[in-house]
Amino acid sequence: MPVMSYIQAVTTALREEMIRDEKVFILGEDVGKKGGVFRATDGLYDEFGEYRVLDTPLAESAIAGVGIGAAMYGMRPVAEMQFADFIMPAVNQIISEAAKLRYRSNNDWNAPITIRAPYGGGVHGALYHSQSVEAVFANQPGLKIVMPSTPYDVKGLLKAAIRDNDPVLFFEHKRAYRLLKGEVPEDDYVLPIGKADVKREGSDITVITYGLGVHFALQAAEKLAEEGIDAHILDLRTVYPLDKDAIIEAASKTGKVLLVTEDNKEGSIIGEVSAIIAENCLFDLDAPVQRLAGPDVPAMPYAPTMEKYFMVNPDKVEKAMRELAEF
Amino acid sequence: MTNERHKKLGLTDDDVLEMYKTMLLARKIDERMWLLNRAGKIPFVISCQGQEAAQVGASFALDRNKDYVAPYYRDLGVVLAFGMTAKDLMLSGFAKAEDPNSGGRQMPGHFGQKKNRILSGSSPVTTQLPHAVGVALAAKMEQKDFVSFVTLGEGSSNQGDFHEGLNFAGVHDLPVITMVENNKYAISVPIERQLASENVSDRAQSYGMPGFTVDGNDPLAVYEAVQEARQRAVKGEGPTLIEAVSYRLTAHSSDDDDRQYREKDEVEEAKKKDSIITFTTYLKDIGILNDDIDKSLEKEISDIVNEATDYAENADYAAPEDALKYVYEE
Repeated sequence: MPVMSYIQAVTTALREEMIRDEKVFILGEDVGKKGGVFRATDGLYDEFGEYRVLDTPLAESAIAGVGIGAAMYGMRPVAEMQFADFIMPAVNQIISEAAKLRYRSNNDWNAPITIRAPYGGGVHGALYHSQSVEAVFANQPGLKIVMPSTPYDVKGLLKAAIRDNDPVLFFEHKRAYRLLKGEVPEDDYVLPIGKADVKREGSDITVITYGLGVHFALQAAEKLAEEGIDAHILDLRTVYPLDKDAIIEAASKTGKVLLVTEDNKEGSIIGEVSAIIAENCLFDLDAPVQRLAGPDVPAMPYAPTMEKYFMVNPDKVEKAMRELAEF
Repeated sequence: MTNERHKKLGLTDDDVLEMYKTMLLARKIDERMWLLNRAGKIPFVISCQGQEAAQVGASFALDRNKDYVAPYYRDLGVVLAFGMTAKDLMLSGFAKAEDPNSGGRQMPGHFGQKKNRILSGSSPVTTQLPHAVGVALAAKMEQKDFVSFVTLGEGSSNQGDFHEGLNFAGVHDLPVITMVENNKYAISVPIERQLASENVSDRAQSYGMPGFTVDGNDPLAVYEAVQEARQRAVKGEGPTLIEAVSYRLTAHSSDDDDRQYREKDEVEEAKKKDSIITFTTYLKDIGILNDDIDKSLEKEISDIVNEATDYAENADYAAPEDALKYVYEE
């Protein structure tokens, strides 16, 4: 089985879907000739031509809005926001239009658009090239938000997003692009949107997280295993709508739950995860639900000292896991 | 209006009579909605009155069997011309389950009907413009010979989506026709407090497309402009911006009182140019319409509106729990 990086899995999924269905096309800034600022669309312009890998004017609301219009017609647009931080001008199109289209038309119209965006910090990206923006969209019924943690999941979930008949936001951790490598089957597989995935079976504590947090937790779990602490790790994969059954099952399994996000703490995805656990698992819990997240400051600073302070990392996760195990 | 102008545009007598009927139907449905609102039977109305000529003139210049339209909330004339019925519109007014626009989910004026290629719209203004550009992009990619047609008010032409969408269309020479229905007011704020340029159409130059200002009270002038724009679009010559100037004859909506911000005299003056009156005169002058025909048309339309009203008033609402349906594909 070939081993590929997280970003190669993105390119592979895009390419395979474009071959499979000629309605699939890419639009965004610098996605064409350049192949994307991160090179996620590398080689696709040469292979599929200008109009299937379309360099758009620098205008995010148009990227989303034109994509939505094409999707209403019956195309399968994959729009790229160059950085998740720059999705803000497109929020009206995403929330007022894409999210509500099926509902407001009583199922007459739909917008099968995928919007990809690199998110996340630890790359010296400062305030506006590091943010996690999923919470902005995570109370908008009609949207689905996918945040994969491995190359395998990237390929299967991006294909699922493109084939989905509703709008999907697909957030890719930019630090994972070249950091993470893994086995990715060559065959045409699709993973279910809306399903979390157990990344490590364990019996002492449960960590529920997503994105890069999954790897931090896995690294910490290996160290803690040497101390006899056996961690169960659930990767949310889809952060909206949440996989409630998987969350309840994972929390109930150990009774001790640590929730991890790289986003600011208050109002983040893990707050909702915590509420699901509070509503359903009270009598299975052996410790208060713990949250590990970024501080409640607007975004992470540029200077390495402050960036490191902001970011969740394996050491912070390990410490939080150990404290919970010892509770 | 000079003699037989419509024939020079390739329109038959039947065509212009059909245009007139559609304009009149739009007006009569709209007037009925106001009555129903004031009688406490429907919560809200937003009007097409004063803009029927632009809406119907433009629609008749399109291919109503294959073009796509992204109307805004005043476009009763556009959606009627594209196949929506009086009954459909009354069902929307009464928010009944059979309303094809939204099943009673949206306020009236939020049009949408896939079978007639009427894109679904929302309330934040101008979001429909990039959608129409997206449909036009699909036409170009698929090498199809349809166009998309999008409308908005002059106030909405200040939104970012206007700029972003038209620039996108201009860069890629897309077959999209944008018609700004300049009715002189964005709720209470007059045109001179909305636009720094004299005309909305002046903006076309920066998007690399032709821009025209036409008399929005004259359905034939609008027809001509849209017909030419469509011909250019299907030949691959790109988009056009058209500004159709008319006047909003009613308050912004049933919740607005326009006496707060404009003089009665101004409205009365505008009513003299009401296209329903001026087009009637044109059709009578050239002998297509006479008092007898007009009377029977009025009766025909009145029957249609009455029947639609009765049907919609007696139709069922959606079941309460239907509020949960269709968030995602089911």
